[in-house]
Amino acid sequence: MYETTYHRASSLAEAVRLRADSDEAKYLAGGMTLIPTMKQRLAAPSELVDLRHIAELRGIAVKGRRVRIGAGTPHNEVATSAAISAVCPALCHLAALIGDPLVRHMGTLGGSIANNDPAADYPAAMLGLDATIITDRREIPAGDFFTGLFETALEDGEIVVAATFEAPARAGYSKFANPASRFAMTGVFAAQAADGTVRVAVTGAGANGVFRHAGLEAALTRNWSPDVVSDVAVETGDLLSDLHGNADYRANLVKVMAKRAVATA
Amino acid sequence: MAKVTMTVNGRKVAKECEDRTLLVHFIRENLGLTGTHVGCDTSQCGACVVHMDGKAVKSCSILAAQAAGSEILTIEGLAANGELHPVQAAFRQNHGLQCGFCTPGMVMTAVDMINRYGAVLDEKTVRENLEGNICRCTGYHNIVKAILAAATEMGAARQAAE
Repeated sequence: MYETTYHRASSLAEAVRLRADSDEAKYLAGGMTLIPTMKQRLAAPSELVDLRHIAELRGIAVKGRRVRIGAGTPHNEVATSAAISAVCPALCHLAALIGDPLVRHMGTLGGSIANNDPAADYPAAMLGLDATIITDRREIPAGDFFTGLFETALEDGEIVVAATFEAPARAGYSKFANPASRFAMTGVFAAQAADGTVRVAVTGAGANGVFRHAGLEAALTRNWSPDVVSDVAVETGDLLSDLHGNADYRANLVKVMAKRAVATA
Repeated sequence: MAKVTMTVNGRKVAKECEDRTLLVHFIRENLGLTGTHVGCDTSQCGACVVHMDGKAVKSCSILAAQAAGSEILTIEGLAANGELHPVQAAFRQNHGLQCGFCTPGMVMTAVDMINRYGAVLDEKTVRENLEGNICRCTGYHNIVKAILAAATEMGAARQAAE
């Protein structure tokens, strides 16, 4: 790891100020991606601004079916939250599949979505749940937040504070994990709102990161059943091909994971 | 340089280190506690697992500066009054190690697992929760047996105390 200078922020305002002092500074959430990346010398921020001790970023609040998760909430807290499980167990299931228990003790929602790894789990949930990403400056619909591989709508220095969403009538998440990394080869989050409309978000498969699948959404809105998935065409054009699997393989995985997500919802 | 103060195995420590120093190196080199191992160094193997504020974490993926002010428990802090912790004893009893390199991390993960689930652990849960610990001797079977035995033993001890 190249040299860096560590700062610990105790409030959002302090974090923003510390970050603004240097062009080469980076925010540090749980660090489960950033620290390993720095160890490989793929990132070399001159300053790190640690967000882990900012109380404003912590906590889970569920009022009725409205869920608010602080950006600094570790995955394990979401996975084991009785309050979230009561209204949206699919999100707990998803959080419990991220990395391993040790990573889930440190890694956070905000860190995951700000990084927007194309094979990460949380982006699929945010998009599938039509969540709103609250930052220190504004509110961003999930549909506008994830803009490409490791790219988000976040501006320079902007901090994710929380994510909120209305719990759907039902939802399911299924992922085919890479056997080595446990990142999603393909993961599908399917959610049916109270009015019957369905959102289907796919992670791990898209050449440009997480995306919604209009064909699956239309078919499942007409009939919420795993059976309808077989007849939906999944085009390979925008899907990822890499050493783990080509676009045809992933197109098939999208359908299989969609079926399982609906079946388990 | 950062002045890092934390509590390690119940003892307050304060040492200077570079800001980029990983917690595992701080523990091994600055504190001389070499029971915590560096295995893969790429956040996969779990040989470096310690508890930070009561939760099992990978100390190779955390800066010492991030851990400043926290309570750290390492493998050296488990045995009390010269007696092995029940998880350590169960690993010995069940031959839960071969070369032993992964053992400190396995034991720390096991203690965390039993803290979270109690005596109601089953084999599937144990295997799922060992996701972040790799044994390159592939001795998982006896590791799982040891953890299940320790969970039962600790559950019984807790019940007896109540």
